[in-house]
Amino acid sequence: MLIRKNDALPINTVTPSRRGFLKAGVVAGAGLVIGWHLPSGRITSAQAAEAGSPFEGYIRISPENKVTVLAAHLDMGQGIYTGTATLVAEELEADWSQMEVEGGYGNPKLYGNLAFGGKFQGTGGSTATMSSFDRYRRAGATARVMLVSAAAKQWNVPAGEIAVSKGVVSHSSGKKATFGELAEAAAKETPPADVTLKDAGAWTLIGNADLRRLDSPAKTTGQQTFTLDVKLPGMLYAVVQRPPLFGGKVKSFDATAAKQVKGVVDVVEIPRGVAVVADSTWNAMAGRKALKVEWDDSAAEKRGTPELMAEYKKLAAGKEAAVARNDGDAAAAMKSAAKVISAEFEFPYLAHAAMEPLDAVARKDGDNIEIWGGHQMPDLYQGIAAGIAETTPDKIVLHVMMTGGSFGRRAVGDGDVIAEAVSTAKAIGWKAPVKVVWTREDDMTGGRYRPMYFHKMQAGIDGAGKLVAWQHRIVGQSIMSDGPFAGFIQNGVDPTSVEGASTLPYAVPNIHVDLVTTKVGVPVLWWRSVGSTHTAYSTEVLIDEVAQAAGQDPIAFRLAMLGDKPRHKAVLEKVKEASGWGQAMEKGKGRGVAVAESFGSYVAQVVDVSVNNGAIKVERVICAVDCGTAVNPDVIKAQMEGGIGYGLSAILKGEITLKDGLVEQTNFDGYEVLHLDEMPEVEVHILPSKEGPTGVGEPGVPPIGPAVANAVFAATGKRIRLLPMSKFDWKSA
Amino acid sequence: MITLKVNGQDRQVDVDPATPLLWVLRDTIGLTGTKYGCGIAACGACTVHMDGQPTRSCSVTVGDVGAASITTIEAIESKAAKAVQTAWQKLDVVQCGYCQSGQIMAATALLESNPKPTQEDVEAAMTNICRCATYQRIKTAVNEAARIMEG
Ligand code: FES
Ligand code: FES
Repeated sequence: MLIRKNDALPINTVTPSRRGFLKAGVVAGAGLVIGWHLPSGRITSAQAAEAGSPFEGYIRISPENKVTVLAAHLDMGQGIYTGTATLVAEELEADWSQMEVEGGYGNPKLYGNLAFGGKFQGTGGSTATMSSFDRYRRAGATARVMLVSAAAKQWNVPAGEIAVSKGVVSHSSGKKATFGELAEAAAKETPPADVTLKDAGAWTLIGNADLRRLDSPAKTTGQQTFTLDVKLPGMLYAVVQRPPLFGGKVKSFDATAAKQVKGVVDVVEIPRGVAVVADSTWNAMAGRKALKVEWDDSAAEKRGTPELMAEYKKLAAGKEAAVARNDGDAAAAMKSAAKVISAEFEFPYLAHAAMEPLDAVARKDGDNIEIWGGHQMPDLYQGIAAGIAETTPDKIVLHVMMTGGSFGRRAVGDGDVIAEAVSTAKAIGWKAPVKVVWTREDDMTGGRYRPMYFHKMQAGIDGAGKLVAWQHRIVGQSIMSDGPFAGFIQNGVDPTSVEGASTLPYAVPNIHVDLVTTKVGVPVLWWRSVGSTHTAYSTEVLIDEVAQAAGQDPIAFRLAMLGDKPRHKAVLEKVKEASGWGQAMEKGKGRGVAVAESFGSYVAQVVDVSVNNGAIKVERVICAVDCGTAVNPDVIKAQMEGGIGYGLSAILKGEITLKDGLVEQTNFDGYEVLHLDEMPEVEVHILPSKEGPTGVGEPGVPPIGPAVANAVFAATGKRIRLLPMSKFDWKSA
Repeated sequence: MITLKVNGQDRQVDVDPATPLLWVLRDTIGLTGTKYGCGIAACGACTVHMDGQPTRSCSVTVGDVGAASITTIEAIESKAAKAVQTAWQKLDVVQCGYCQSGQIMAATALLESNPKPTQEDVEAAMTNICRCATYQRIKTAVNEAARIMEG
């Protein structure tokens, strides 16, 4: 959801050099760690750094022969733990059954996201596989070489005669050892100056569609521990009463009644509201119901979404806008165009509504503060927690938990729930561990939405049916403007507001894209595929309309304008062939297409819909994806399926509305989401590629909305430009 | 004190009878496989079996459970349950996994009462929300589990 390889952004993709890897290892004393033999439990890198311990890095091998990979990226369902283990196991020649994964943190040198320049650790922008690909293969290969040299010494044979396969190190003399047996000796070996990685042709795990996810067994038996499931001795549970209006503040509160609720232990003010602390989640929630808070709403946002949208429309007609792209002279070309198509699009606020509501557990343990959570940006959260606890970041010990979805919600600049857990534990004098839980209502009304946007567009066609002019204005809030990402805004353009629009792939001689950034008190955030959630919709729906106006087939028209974009073309060609494009459809049914690049991956989708009395049923989706090297093909398919379902949920019925500043949807009864009976049949085709791996968590989302809209047009002749589609007025349109 | 029959054992719990079963299972008894997703019977993450019936435990108070026998994800072991778990693992249904305890409880209850469900039966029984949208694999896995049960 965040940042990726894109020249529009001021970051460089860093390829981890062999030197860099080894240097990190030598300097930090931790580039490679095998031979994990501390007495018990996990050691944190904060502790490790302090003690000068080498036992932290990428790989641990236990005497029991378990290989534990310390992953740089949070797993929130996208399968990166399985992916990271695949990369290590491939080069280590481990057996898949001995692999385990934990979240590593606390050392940006080891875990810094290479897509973000390698300086800080974070999961987002669908970058995890890209950042991990060389790093973890190299770690696996280095560990294998060290295991082999340890065996060579023990057996007194040349290293070159030793083979490693499926977790067993062996020699033709019949000598054999497991990794666990060699681990301690191997840890004392000097890491090799260089390692040779396998050729793609020799891979047995990378690209293997039969490899199963490492987390399936725990997640199908109720054994997977999420943050919500953490239970520590003496732990207390807290819910926080936050201001009902965004920007509100606590004026005063009366906790008398709340404290009389059975099980309530404390009621304390924290910077983000008033925390009710109890002996169980339910008692904390009951205590909060009895709490009386008076709010200071003087600085709060009190506008509703209808007023905001009306303002956005006015701004769209104004003169002030920051230019995101300017090729040729779009205004002049529009004037001389034979035909001009105008279109306006409205996009609502959207909640992430991940299945696990926000939660975090904090406790003080000696000098350290420990935090259990979905740490999507670990070093940022260490800094935030250290600030609250008045200590230094190295004293903040993180437990990176398997997380019940995020879709961007757990990568937040102010660390919301993490900050609340630490603040609450501090406010009760660190007397007990505290788990802060957001109820679904807190989660739904608590902000950090995909921003609301208004798009105003024009497309000009010449007499020969060629698209010659394109004007695109976007009006909405900036995601990066406050907090640690403000530096990414250049010339008044937040790249996440315009991505997909400023990068329109079609060869149009005159393009003008600009942005009006609005100031609204509703907190916003990246939401699975960020800018492309709206820009892919408006551009791909308008392109379809242009094709229709030019009397051309939607796929042929796109292909003709994608001259220098072979990867866009290839995914389009694939869905054209796999979908039976061009077949006649029954009455009431339609077929539509869309293509979008996001996070370095290319996805095209062909959608079949039926429309019955205004009810849209999405029946089938044919999806083609080019994400470079496919590390875990089945996980990629799952991400496409999930991205399609997540996107459908939003475009068919997702919207957060505000009335007088108050959010109107409070739970899944008001904020409707996709259910099983609405899920279309999805068929995913992965294009073979020798390119490096790129994103899959988000790129499945952008094309689904416009492909559905274009299919609905094919079925009904109506263009839906206002989302969600459930609001579409079929009569007046 | 309220006595609950959970996973074949009698459990004494000292809670307000108005407390939802979900929170007693999770916070008091320590069975955290059952998840909280909405608290209003809308998502199914909290699904348990009450006398074999799939039940959203966030919306049943412990006072109302009475003598009913509760089974959670930690203790399902019928033929249907095993088939469902096997099918789920074979097809790698899970993504974040947070909804999956509830999905598996719903699917198991369906197959225990209807070992050969039609597509319509599956759609009617599997109303739990999955925000990762693993729905296509859930549908396939329920059919696969039915096939496994046939032996
Ligand atoms: S938590 Fe019970 S149905 Fe959602
Ligand atoms: S697997 Fe994530 S919510 Fe269902």
